[in-house]
This record gives sequence, structure tokens and C-alpha cells, in this order.
Amino acid sequence: MSRPEDTLAADVHYDDTEARKYTTSSRIQNIQASMTQRALELLDLKFPSLILDVGCGSGLSGEILSQVPPEEGGPHVWVGMDISASMLDVALQRDVEGDLLLADIGQGVPFRPGTFDAAISISAIQWLCNAESSETSPAGRLSRFFNGLYSSLKRGGRAVCQFYPKNDVQKQMITSAAVKAGFGAGLLEDDPETKNVKLYLVLTVGGNATGSKDIADVVDGMDGVDVLDNRKKGEKGGKGEIKKGSKAWIIKKKEQMERKGKIVKATSKFTGRKRRVQF
Amino acid sequence: MKVLTLNFLTCAVKACKTTNNSFPLHPKDAELVHDEIEINRDLLVNVLPRIDWTALRTTSTELGFPTLPEQPPTAEDLQQDEKMLKELHALLLETQMMEGKLVCGHCGHEYAVREGIANFLLPSHLV
Ligand SMILES: C[S@@+](CC[C@H](N)C(=O)[O-])C[C@H]1O[C@@H](n2cnc3c(N)ncnc32)[C@H](O)[C@@H]1O
Ligand SMILES: [Zn+2]
Repeated sequence: MSRPEDTLAADVHYDDTEARKYTTSSRIQNIQASMTQRALELLDLKFPSLILDVGCGSGLSGEILSQVPPEEGGPHVWVGMDISASMLDVALQRDVEGDLLLADIGQGVPFRPGTFDAAISISAIQWLCNAESSETSPAGRLSRFFNGLYSSLKRGGRAVCQFYPKNDVQKQMITSAAVKAGFGAGLLEDDPETKNVKLYLVLTVGGNATGSKDIADVVDGMDGVDVLDNRKKGEKGGKGEIKKGSKAWIIKKKEQMERKGKIVKATSKFTGRKRRVQF
Repeated sequence: MKVLTLNFLTCAVKACKTTNNSFPLHPKDAELVHDEIEINRDLLVNVLPRIDWTALRTTSTELGFPTLPEQPPTAEDLQQDEKMLKELHALLLETQMMEGKLVCGHCGHEYAVREGIANFLLPSHLV
């Protein structure tokens, strides 16, 4: 698959032609909708919320938020940020309900602290791995984004970012930037090792206020999540001589992870899916 | 851009992060529209505690609306007082700024608003 992220700036790639092509493709509409549904499920919002859509594009993800029925805790109100004027233009033509900001998330998130109940980002943040100019570095842009996102969320809030890393280096770079900003972080992979693999970074904002949750509790309530907490809680797991990938190996790994304070959980309606626990 | 959003947006300039004058941004030459949308009581009850009421009073006056009461309504008011609910809904969710500028009270930076979209792209020396 070609990766425009590797060669172009996002606002150059998503010009008028590409923005229209992207938005009118029913294949893309379906994929973005189902990933947004998955993100919503992970957010587990109980009542109508104020949500930030990071890299909202033409609103394919955001409009799902507006459509959540009251029985499922909606509808939500959202604000979208995107760097591509062409994508936002298509959003306007489609008359989306969210408010739109022409903004570069690598420059930060311009909302006062504790603004949002939650945030989603669907297929956008991998773009931050490529510096848009010589004055900025990917690390600097990632850190400004995650620091801004962290502060813009209310305590106890969550963010779910589905993204397409080019490789493990990018995956690591993004995850560690989130953790450095203060988030409790976990990675969830749907359909691993298939060409439809989808990676979700699940972020929680802790805090000491009552009602705030530790990532362990948060994950407890989530369906089908194999989440790894990046905090270290003491002892390292012993070396195993067991064949990698075998059932015994998996059980051993899970024990190791539990000992490290990581969360191992895999029972839900998504259990039928192939999934991989990551380290 | 809804008035609700204006109650949360701050200046994006780095030097303004630590001052109080960079919020709320001040509308200038604002063109407003009223866009009817369905009342979402639970949403209003949810965001009410997060509304900066003093800032909302400022924004509302600057947009040319009558002065808001000094005290914000309570969640109970929103449950019981249909009229108050409607008014708050009309101001926060139905009133949209379509054209104009949002000006920072600290650095003076002007964020253009066109067709309801605010432009927050900054030249790199301000980030
Ligand atoms: C694949 S599209 C996804 C759009 C939308 N979330 C959806 O699900 O259809 C990726 C979007 O990320 C935006 N994007 C990339 N880099 C960005 C940045 N630095 N700041 C804001 N948006 C960015 C692009 O302009 C593009 O609209
Ligand atoms: Zn300023």
C-alpha cells in the first residue's frame, strides 16, 4: 500500500481532488465508520459528551458521533481539528454538525484545560511522524500534540487514537510520546497479522479527583482489550525456555505481564477475532 | 463556530499559554447565524459545570446579546426550568459565528473565521 504520509505534507496530499475522492469512496466511508464505532465502544461514554475529533477531515468520523442515539448515551457534540482546508471544505459541503478548526495538531491543542470529555482520532496521528518543515521535529510535534491533548481533556477523560504506523519505530515513537505527556496508555490491535490490522492507542487521563480511574479499572470495563500499561511495577519476568507462540508461552507471558502490573484481558464479542498481545 | 466552542478556545500562541488574558478570545466584526438544532438537555447538564460563566457573559455581551445573569443556572434549573434550558441552548448551541475574527486579549493575534471555520494555523515562530 502506498503511504502518502511518507512523502507529502498532509495539507498538500489532501487537496480538493483527493479530499473529494477520499470522502465519496464508499469503501473508505465504511472503514472509517467502523473504526469510529470501535473507538466509541472503547470510550464507553454514558451520556452526551463534548468530544474532540483530531484530524477530523471531511467529517466521516465526526458524523458518527452526532448519530449516537440517546439509548446509547448520545448524541455527542464534537469539535474537529484538521490541517487540510480542502478536507474541511468537503465537511462544510456535507453540512456536518461539529465545529471545525483549521489547525495543525503538531502545534498543540488550543482549548482550555479540562474542556473535553473525550477525544477520538481516526487515521490521522501517523502524519505527525513526518516533520512538516525544517524548523520542527517529529518528536517535538508529537510532544506538543500529546501535551495539548492531555491538558484539553477533563480528569478521568479518555482518548482513542486509531493510527497507521509505518513500522515499529513509529508505533513506539507515538506511544512513548503519549506516555511522556502523562497518559495511561494501552495498545489494542484488531485483526493482527492480516491486511486489515487496526491499531488503537487507548489513553486515559488519571488524576486525583474523586471518580477518576486508574487505567486498570478503565480497562476492566472495556470489551475485548489487551491493554498494556507502560508503567513498570517492579520485578521483571523470568526467562522462558518455552516455544514462542505456544499456549504455554502465551500463558507464561500473560503471567509475566500481570506481575508487571499490565492488564491482560480478552473476553468479549470481539473474542472471535485474531488478536495479538504486544510488548 | 458555536458559542459553546468559544467558551473553550484559547489563544494558541506559546507566550499566551500562561496568562489569563488569552481567554476568552474576543469576537470582532462577527457575523452570526441562528441554526436551529434539537435540544440536548443531558449534554447541557453535562457541560454546564465546565462553562466559564464569566467568560460567557463577556462573549455574549461582545456579540451584542443582552447581559446574562451574574450567576449560572444550576443543573436543577436546567431540569425544571424549560425556558432557561431553551435560552441556554439557543445561546450555546444554536448561535454560530460564521465570519469575523477572534482576537487574543494578550498578544493581539487575530484568528480569522470564515464560513464558520476558525483558522488556528500559526507561523512557526509563534508556536
Ligand atoms: C485519513 S484522513 C481521516 C479523516 C477522518 N478522521 C476520517 O476518519 O475520515 C487523515 C486526516 O488527518 C489530517 N491531518 C494530518 N496531519 C494533520 C495535522 N498535523 N494536523 C491536523 N490534521 C492533520 C489530514 O488533513 C486528514 O484530513
Ligand atoms: Zn495570544
